[in-house]
Amino acid sequence: MSVAVLEVKNLSFSYPDKSILHRLSFEVEKGDFLCIVGTNGTGKSTLLKLILNRLSPTEGEIKLFGELSYKFKDCKKIAYVSQKATDFNAGFPATVEEIVSLGLYSRRGLFKGYSREDKAKVKDALERVGMYDYHNRLIGRLSGGQQQRVFIAKALVSDPEIIFLDEPTVGIDVKAVDSICCLLGELNRAGLTIVMVTHDISSILYHSNKVLVLSEDGMGEIMSSEDFNSGTIFSHVHHTH
Amino acid sequence: MEIFQMEFMQRAFIVAVLISVITPMIGNVIVLKRLSAIGDALSHSGLAGVTIGLCVGINPVLSAVIVSVLAALTIEYIRRGFSDYSELATAIVLSFGVGLAAVFSGFVKNAATLNSFMFGSIVAISDFEMWTVVLLSITVIVAFMLMYRELFYVTFDEEGAALSGVPVKTVNLIFTVLTAIVVSVASRTVGVLVISSLMVVPVACAMLVSKSYKQNIIFSVIFAFFFTVTGLIITAFYDIKPGGTIVLIGIGVLLVLLLVRKRR
Ligand SMILES: Nc1ncnc2c1ncn2[C@@H]1O[C@H](COP(=O)(O)OP(=O)(O)O)[C@@H](O)[C@H]1O
Ligand SMILES: [Mg+2]
Repeated sequence: MSVAVLEVKNLSFSYPDKSILHRLSFEVEKGDFLCIVGTNGTGKSTLLKLILNRLSPTEGEIKLFGELSYKFKDCKKIAYVSQKATDFNAGFPATVEEIVSLGLYSRRGLFKGYSREDKAKVKDALERVGMYDYHNRLIGRLSGGQQQRVFIAKALVSDPEIIFLDEPTVGIDVKAVDSICCLLGELNRAGLTIVMVTHDISSILYHSNKVLVLSEDGMGEIMSSEDFNSGTIFSHVHHTH
Repeated sequence: MEIFQMEFMQRAFIVAVLISVITPMIGNVIVLKRLSAIGDALSHSGLAGVTIGLCVGINPVLSAVIVSVLAALTIEYIRRGFSDYSELATAIVLSFGVGLAAVFSGFVKNAATLNSFMFGSIVAISDFEMWTVVLLSITVIVAFMLMYRELFYVTFDEEGAALSGVPVKTVNLIFTVLTAIVVSVASRTVGVLVISSLMVVPVACAMLVSKSYKQNIIFSVIFAFFFTVTGLIITAFYDIKPGGTIVLIGIGVLLVLLLVRKRR
């Protein structure tokens, strides 16, 4: 019997002044590529923060690799590219290589230096996202799309089993969006489980296999990408008539 | 007379070198975290510590360390309660420090000593104080090296660091205590009123020329060293305050670097 990588059961969450998620349940299995969609403010980022134990559920439970998320300590199995990843101080004096090497922390732990083997891992991660040529550049001098690739490399360098991305394609040009989606598709086919918040329909069409649709009332519906796509095409047709 | 001159210059030099290494190390994190005001708050608390020490009759560097560390812990504590108002925490502690210093300064008999802490005076350094500086500096350097990656990660992305398993709260706490130590130690040489500039200016200079995080730390230390040593030499020849001189040299270099960069 295979254990779900991520299991969300009856999850509800409210901020002190506002109820956000209501009795949400879904599962992510190994090898899945789940897209989370919903209009702004429906709680997509909040959901990721709950899963990553940055917030505590009001009700319900979340399990990562079969373990309750607040007890889960195996940081290296998961990686996260936050919505604000590219939102750092642009003058921050750090190279692409230095940033990616931070991602190794979850493997290395406290007070450990940076070995030759680590350097090779960083190189490998940067090559996978096509950014090795830029390894000595300052992170603040890159375009939004390039920065996003670097943050994906930082997530990949620790060899995680599941990666969470929060709107990685917002604010970058169409070509960069496509190449990032293709990159994620490739990684997924190579076995990486992906959970991504996105507004980008084409990545859902071509790369994901599951979609979680969050609605304004805090409810969520999980479906296969095919069903979602026929649904959106239907509603699209519906709109034009 | 000659021997006294030698000894005093040696002591001054040792202390200056140590200060110029530890101040920008801490300054890097403070500047990059955009927390420059913390230096101010802690240095004013340090001044309160100095005045209390002078009143009560304990070593002012030690009392400055104690009061600054307490102030640092208070800032951390308030920050945890009101995470959106870390500036408020800093402002409260700064005001409290100024208030305490003002009240206690009324009881300090030797105004010249207090003056030397506000503007820095290497002449006033005793052997015991030099060794305090040496010991505390070594502590700071070792802690900083050990926590190099943790501090880098927390500075760049606190949430990401937490998710990767960095004990963020502990790292922040240790760092704040280190800052308090540096501020009080440095207040002796460059003075309380300019210590936060010495944390910020070399880092600003380094940011204009460095091409990585590591370089930024190294360059800021080199800049601080250069400012401090030139400042000391000038001070030795002309009878002016070292603290102000050191900072003015730093600002001068920063302006030149800015101009050169504009030109390119
Ligand atoms: N720290 C917070 N305190 C109170 N309300 C919040 C907080 N963070 C987000 N919200 C509110 O929760 C809702 C969901 O936010 P979020 O999860 O960021 O939405 P999404 O990512 O789907 O756009 C929004 O209406 C937002 O205003
Ligand atoms: Mg969001």
